[in-house]
Amino acid sequence: MATIASVPAAGTAAPARGRRPSGERTALLGWSAANLVIIGVSLVPLLWLVSLSFKTPASITDGSFIPKKWTLENYRGIFGESLFTRALLNSLGIALISTVLAVVLGSMAAYAIARLTFPGKGLLVGLALLIAMFPQISLVSPMFNLWRQIGIFDTWIGLIIPYLTFSLPLAIYTLSAFFREIPWDLEKAAQVDGATPLQAFLRVIAPLAAPGMVTTAILVFIFCWNDFLFAISLTSTERSRTVPAAIAFFTGASQFAQPIGSIAAAAVVITIPIIIFVLLFQRRIVAGLTSGAVKG
Amino acid sequence: MADIVLDHVTKRYPDGRLAVDDASLSIADGEFVILVGPSGCGKSTTLNMIAGLEDITSGELRIDGKVVNNLAPKDRDIAMVFQSYALYPHMSVRRNMGFALALAKRPKEEIDRKVEEAARVLDLTDHLDRKPAQLSGGQRQRVAMGRAIVRSPKAFLMDEPLSNLDAKLRVQMRTEVSRLQNRLGTTTVYVTHDQTEAMTLGDRVAVLRSGRIQQVGTPTELYGRPATIFVAGFIGSPSMNFVPATVEEGELRTPFGAIIPDDRQRRLLDGWDSGAAGRRSLIVGARPEHFEDAALEPMKERSGLRFSVTVDVLERLGSDSYAYFTLAGGRTRIADLEELAHDAGTVDLTSGAEQVVARLDAASRIREGEKAELWLDTHQLHLFDPDTGRNLDAPTTS
Repeated sequence: MATIASVPAAGTAAPARGRRPSGERTALLGWSAANLVIIGVSLVPLLWLVSLSFKTPASITDGSFIPKKWTLENYRGIFGESLFTRALLNSLGIALISTVLAVVLGSMAAYAIARLTFPGKGLLVGLALLIAMFPQISLVSPMFNLWRQIGIFDTWIGLIIPYLTFSLPLAIYTLSAFFREIPWDLEKAAQVDGATPLQAFLRVIAPLAAPGMVTTAILVFIFCWNDFLFAISLTSTERSRTVPAAIAFFTGASQFAQPIGSIAAAAVVITIPIIIFVLLFQRRIVAGLTSGAVKG
Repeated sequence: MADIVLDHVTKRYPDGRLAVDDASLSIADGEFVILVGPSGCGKSTTLNMIAGLEDITSGELRIDGKVVNNLAPKDRDIAMVFQSYALYPHMSVRRNMGFALALAKRPKEEIDRKVEEAARVLDLTDHLDRKPAQLSGGQRQRVAMGRAIVRSPKAFLMDEPLSNLDAKLRVQMRTEVSRLQNRLGTTTVYVTHDQTEAMTLGDRVAVLRSGRIQQVGTPTELYGRPATIFVAGFIGSPSMNFVPATVEEGELRTPFGAIIPDDRQRRLLDGWDSGAAGRRSLIVGARPEHFEDAALEPMKERSGLRFSVTVDVLERLGSDSYAYFTLAGGRTRIADLEELAHDAGTVDLTSGAEQVVARLDAASRIREGEKAELWLDTHQLHLFDPDTGRNLDAPTTS
């Protein structure tokens, strides 16, 4: 955003107003350089991973960035195994259900926090934050035991519950910030127009908070999709094992062969949904939908 | 259409603050009533209580003879126009205006017909398929009005609907609102802090101050016979001049000079004296238009008080002129008026001597910085009790 905004300013407006164009140009160059470095640092490992996934097992360790010999063998391999395909299904299902639940429950809670004053509101918000801060690893052992006692160990619901626990505080925080932005007058107007509180929420508030909901959904989805700790601890079979956990069970073609190629291919595959998700909705996240609601 | 009755309505917030204190007001069917007062006087709270957006602490609110204290806004069948317009930004103008009808599950043809009719009245036909963000301030304001009128509700509630418009548009929309209300004949409660709007629009005006209704009456009544010093100072622009005065030897001694009270004033003073024995000082109020340049021909024979002052500032408006001058004799410190000054942001401007403004005929040849002889119509003076702030002429109500 900063670079885009400053380009026309440096080109046209700045000289006309007699500001220091050279200073702005230096700043622009500096920012561009910094951005390029950061993009490079974050993209190189990803490209390395992509490169590895296309290499043959023999050339994995040859150290060249661009594969000398391209192969789709790794991809064919992982999709041929139920260990991966079943895990992909589990990952999708668990992450989607958790996301939907987190957004629905989170919206309701966030709406209440943004609009109502009730005793214990501060405590509730504080507790939610506390949960988000809680080290997940300290919960794993008790959960493992508890889940086995009550019989939800190695099930979808067994993973959805901890995912909700840790993503709801985040959802509530993000969403209540969005709800606070929506003018209260809109809701009053809806009420006077004859809407019940639920209708006012569904037909007026929720559409306006949609960018916030999408943002929250993406964040929650990424959290659930990426989780390894709960996935490895609370699952034991293909029934509910998600991809990050399943990757740990990859084996090479023989006992001594490294499954690096397969791991790289699987990692690339599970990155794709996230990229699609973010690309699809980024415009929506940025768009300020509330413009024109009130005079301004 | 319906009448609205506020019967000793009180609003107290949980923190103990009293927003509306024992307000009683009865609004007839089809009447246009204005609630006016400085910010924080409880006028918007009153409106929100009528709408059902705020709970009533005690008292009774009746719409169309039915007690509605505990009815949700949607069951009261009233429409409201908000200061911020509160248009739904994700809906087109058409859907904004038809939203209430859609919620009421009316057939689509009926909604379309009513929306188009309202759009025609408000000159919005070309904008029906636009979003609020694409409209100008005046158009948004009209959409907000349109949203209210398509429903043909029992009453319109308007919460400073024009205060976000620029001055010129505001005057234009003011007549528009007036015309619309005449045409529809729907009971309307209109909240404003602008006394000009209040005076020009309302059938009746209720002046509020710190949660209490000070006076209810037609604009003429409020202007001609303000019940309290607060109403007198609030209504009218430029506002009424207040000077301290004492009653001595049957004369009313003011900084303008000694005035022999006429029959009406003598009767009032006699009546008042018997009430508060010993108090001889009071506050005299004079409207700017009750002054005149004594040098003008028609003034020569008229009875009234003549006095000379040095005019500090003279504003010539063409149609008439405003002369500002100060009087020796100290400033009237009246809590009621200081609140008004606070609201207008002029509290620090006038200090020391009392500033008086007189509206003079445009033909007057008085000049700035020169001594001039002014004439005051003493029959028109208002006399106020300095302790209670009440007009001595006001009917005593408990």
